[in-house]
Amino acid sequence: MNTEINEHKIFKVSRRDFLKTTSMSMSGLLLGLQFSCTDKEKNLTGNPSAVFSPNVYININGNGDVFLIAHRSEMGTGIRTSLPLVMADELEADWSRVKVVQAVGDEKYGDQNTDGSYSLRMFYTPLRKAGATVRLMLEQAAAKEWNVDVSECKAQNHEVVHTSGKAFGFGYLAEKAAALPVPEESMIALKDAKDFKYITKQSSIVDLKDIVTGKAKFGLDSKLPNTKIAVIKRNPEAGAGLKSFAMEAAMKIPGVIKVFSMDAPGFPTNFNKPLGGVVVVAENTWAALKGREALEVEWLPGINADYNSLEYGNDMLKRAKTKGKVRRSSGNIDQALRKAKKIVEADYVVPHLAHAPMETPCALAHFHDNTCEVWAPVQDPQGTRKSLAAALNIDITAVTVNVTLLGGAFGRKSKPDFVVEAALISKEINAPVKIMWTREDDIQHGFYHFPSAQHVKVGIDENNNVSAWLHRSVFPSIGGTADPAAKEPSGGELSLGMIDLPYAIENISCETQQAKTKIRIGWLRSVSNIQHAFAVGCTLDEVAQARGVDPVQNILDMLGADRMIDASVLGPEFENYGEKLEDFPWNTGRLRNVIETVREKSNWGKSLPKGSGQGIAVHRSFLTYVACVVEVSVDENSKIKIIKVDYAVDCGVPVNPERITSQFEGGAAFAASLALKSEITVVKSAVQQSNFHNYQVARMADAPYETAVHIIDSAEKPTGVGEPPVPPFIPALCNAIFAATGKRVRKLPINLKEEVNL
Amino acid sequence: MASITLKINNKNHTVEADPKMPLLWAIRELVGLTGTKYGCGVAQCGACTIHMNGLPVRSCSIPVSTAVNKEITTIEGLSENNSHPVQQAWIQEQVPQCGYCQSGQIMAATALLKRNANPSDKDIDAAMQGHICRCGTYPRIRKAIKAAAQIMSQKASTK
Repeated sequence: MNTEINEHKIFKVSRRDFLKTTSMSMSGLLLGLQFSCTDKEKNLTGNPSAVFSPNVYININGNGDVFLIAHRSEMGTGIRTSLPLVMADELEADWSRVKVVQAVGDEKYGDQNTDGSYSLRMFYTPLRKAGATVRLMLEQAAAKEWNVDVSECKAQNHEVVHTSGKAFGFGYLAEKAAALPVPEESMIALKDAKDFKYITKQSSIVDLKDIVTGKAKFGLDSKLPNTKIAVIKRNPEAGAGLKSFAMEAAMKIPGVIKVFSMDAPGFPTNFNKPLGGVVVVAENTWAALKGREALEVEWLPGINADYNSLEYGNDMLKRAKTKGKVRRSSGNIDQALRKAKKIVEADYVVPHLAHAPMETPCALAHFHDNTCEVWAPVQDPQGTRKSLAAALNIDITAVTVNVTLLGGAFGRKSKPDFVVEAALISKEINAPVKIMWTREDDIQHGFYHFPSAQHVKVGIDENNNVSAWLHRSVFPSIGGTADPAAKEPSGGELSLGMIDLPYAIENISCETQQAKTKIRIGWLRSVSNIQHAFAVGCTLDEVAQARGVDPVQNILDMLGADRMIDASVLGPEFENYGEKLEDFPWNTGRLRNVIETVREKSNWGKSLPKGSGQGIAVHRSFLTYVACVVEVSVDENSKIKIIKVDYAVDCGVPVNPERITSQFEGGAAFAASLALKSEITVVKSAVQQSNFHNYQVARMADAPYETAVHIIDSAEKPTGVGEPPVPPFIPALCNAIFAATGKRVRKLPINLKEEVNL
Repeated sequence: MASITLKINNKNHTVEADPKMPLLWAIRELVGLTGTKYGCGVAQCGACTIHMNGLPVRSCSIPVSTAVNKEITTIEGLSENNSHPVQQAWIQEQVPQCGYCQSGQIMAATALLKRNANPSDKDIDAAMQGHICRCGTYPRIRKAIKAAAQIMSQKASTK
C-alpha cells in the first residue's frame, strides 16, 4: 500500500482548478442559498456569491456556510465525519454550519484509497494544517479590515473576534480572505490539544438521520432517467471463458432488452477486470434475473478447473510441517528446539472467507460521447477511475467517479471490477446501466480471504523460559490474483502478524512454503493478521499452560522489558504498514500498557461458573495496539455464548472516540462470524456456498452480548481502528473456550463437536 | 404484465409489473422508494423488511400481486421527520455504521414493540434473529430497542 502523501500537491492546487472541478457540484447549492439574516453590528455575512477556497478540502461562502470535502469513502467507519471534524476544529468552524461534500475520485485530494486503516494516520496532520491555514487567513482578513495586528484577532466559533470584543463572521470575511495569499506553512500554528472542540470529543455521524429515515443513498440506490439493469452469468471458475450460450428463452422474458457475452480475463484475473460471462440487460431487476435464469450456457474449463479447497488445504498442512523458506530468523532454532525441556506444538487451519457486505457490489454507469460517469460504492475512487479509463480506452479526464455511501465493504469494494462491468455494458447498449450483483453472485464470485495452514513449535528451556519459536505459514499470496509469478506470501503479508512478532525470544524461525493462487484472493478486514493472530494468540495460551503461568502474565513475561523493537531484529522482509519505524516505532511498552489495562478492566481471573471462562489475546496491527479479553459460556450441547468482550486500545490520539468504540464493537461481531460461522469451500473451482443460509455470519444471538472498549488516552499520532479489532478477538475467544471446556481450537470455524486432530 | 395498485405509506401507486415480481423490486424500482434494501433475495437477512397490514414481512420474497389491498409501510412512512420513537432511539444510541441494513432492523424493531411493549433480551433475540448486520451493530440495536420501549411508555403515560 502506498502511504506517501504529497502535501505539496494538496496545498498548492490552484483555486481555479478547485472551482472548476470540485465546486461544480456545490455551485447549485451555493446558488440556492438565501440570506436568512444580516447582523449589521457583527457583520456575519458577506457577498453571497463569494467563495473562499484556499485548498481543495475547504470552501466558505459569503453566507458563512463551510463546505468540507470528505475525500475518503464511507463504509461504516465514520471517516466521512471524523476527517471533516478534524478540519472544522482547526478552522474554528461551528459544526452545525458545516456541510460535508463527498469528493469525486481525483488525485488532487491525495490518497483516496480507503483501505488499510490509514485514513486518519495519513490525513490527521495535513487536514489540521488545512483547517489552521484557513483559520489564519480569516484572522488576517479581519486584522486588515480593522487595521490591527493579526495577533489581536482570534477565530472562534465561526467568527473572528478582536481583543476589543468586536467580531466578523466567517461569511463576511470569506471574500476578503480569498484575496489574500495562502500563508507559508511555517506561519501555521496548530491548536493545542486542550483547545480541541471536536477532536477527541463525542460526536455523531453526519449521515445518521438520513440512515434512520431511509433517505441515505447507497450505490444500489443510484438512478438516472432511462436506467437499465444488468446482471451477468459468470463462469464458476474465476477467469475461465465461455464456450457457447443460447439466449432465445431469455429474450422472451418481458422486459429483457439485450443479451450478449463479455470476454473473460483468463487467470490470474487481476483486481480490476470483470470476470466476463453472459450479460442480460433489462428494464428492471426482476426481468434481468428471470432472463439470466432462462439462459443456457456452456463454460470452458480454465487452468484451475480442478481446484478443490479441501485437498489444497490438506496439502498446505502437510507441507507446513516441513522446513520452509526462512523469512525471519535469529539464533539457532534447531539447536534450541533440541535442547528444550518442553515443547508446545500445534497446527492451525483457516478456510477461504467471503466479505459479504450487506450491499452487494453494484454501480451505475453512463457512457456517452466518449465520456463516462459512474456512481458507485467504491473504496478506491482513483483506482476505479484509472481502471475505467483503461477498459474504455478513453482519457482519464473523461471519467468521473462519484462515490456513494458504501453499504459495507470490508475490502471487497477496493476492487472496481464491478464498476468496469457497468461501464462496458453502458457503452454496449448506449444507455445508463446499473449492474446488480445478487447475493449468490457476491458469495460465488468474490475475492476470497486466503485459505491457510500454519505450524507452530515452541521450546521452553530448563529455566521455564521460552527459548525457541518456529512458525510456518502457508497460504496463496494476494499477489497471485494479478501476478502469475507470485508463489509465496510477500514480506508485507507476513508482516501482518507473523514476522512482526514482538516477543523477546532468542531463537526464532519464521518460514513459508509455496502455494499457488487458484482463485481470486483479496484482502479481507485485517488480511493475514486473521490467521496469524489466531495461531500466535492460541499458541501463547498453550505456552502459558505448559509453563504453568497465568496467560496474561505469560504474555508479559514473553514481551520482556519495554523497548522499541529494532528493525534488525525483525529482519529485512519486515514492513511497518508502509511507515518508517522511526515515525511509528514498534513500542512494546504500549502493548504492555493495553495488556495491563484489559487485565484490570475485564476483572481478569474473576470467579466464573462451570462451563464459563475468560481468554486473552493481544495484537498490534495497522500500528494500533490492542488487547482483548473474551468471556464465554459453553453449554452441554457445545453451544457457545459470548457474554462479554473487553478491548483495551491504544490508537494514538483518539480522534473520534465514539466511532472508535463502534468499530471495536462491530469488529468483535465481524470476528465472531469468522470464528464461529463462516467458511467458503471450493470444488472443481466452483464455490459451494451461495447465500446466507450456507455462508453463515453472526446474528444477534451469536455476536458478543456486550463489548466494552477501553481507549488509552494518548498524544501519539493517531492510527487506524477499522481492522485492528478483528485479529486478537478470535484467539481470545478460542482461549476462553479452552478455559471453559479444556478443549483447544485449532481450526476455523469453531466446531466443538467435531474431532479435530491438529 | 398487469396493472397493480399498491397502497404504500397511505398513498396509492399504480404500477405495471409481472404479478410475480417481488414486492421489493416494485417498491424500489417502480414506485421509487429506495429506503427498503436488497440484501439476499431469499428472506435470510431482513434488509428488505417492511410492514404489511402492520406485520413485518420480507418484501424480497412476496410477489407484488399479494400486496394488493394491503396497507404497506416502508421506512419512509415511519415518520415525517425522525420522530418515531424507534428512530429517536436509533439516533440516541448512534446505532448505524454503514447503515445499509438499518431500515430493515428499524422496521423489525417497530413491529416487535407494537406487539410487545417491554421486550426481554430473549424476545429481542427472537425478533431480530432474521436480521443480519455485517458491521456488527447488534449490541446497540438491543440497547436502542430498549430505549425505544422506554420512550414509548413515557409517551403513553403522558397522554
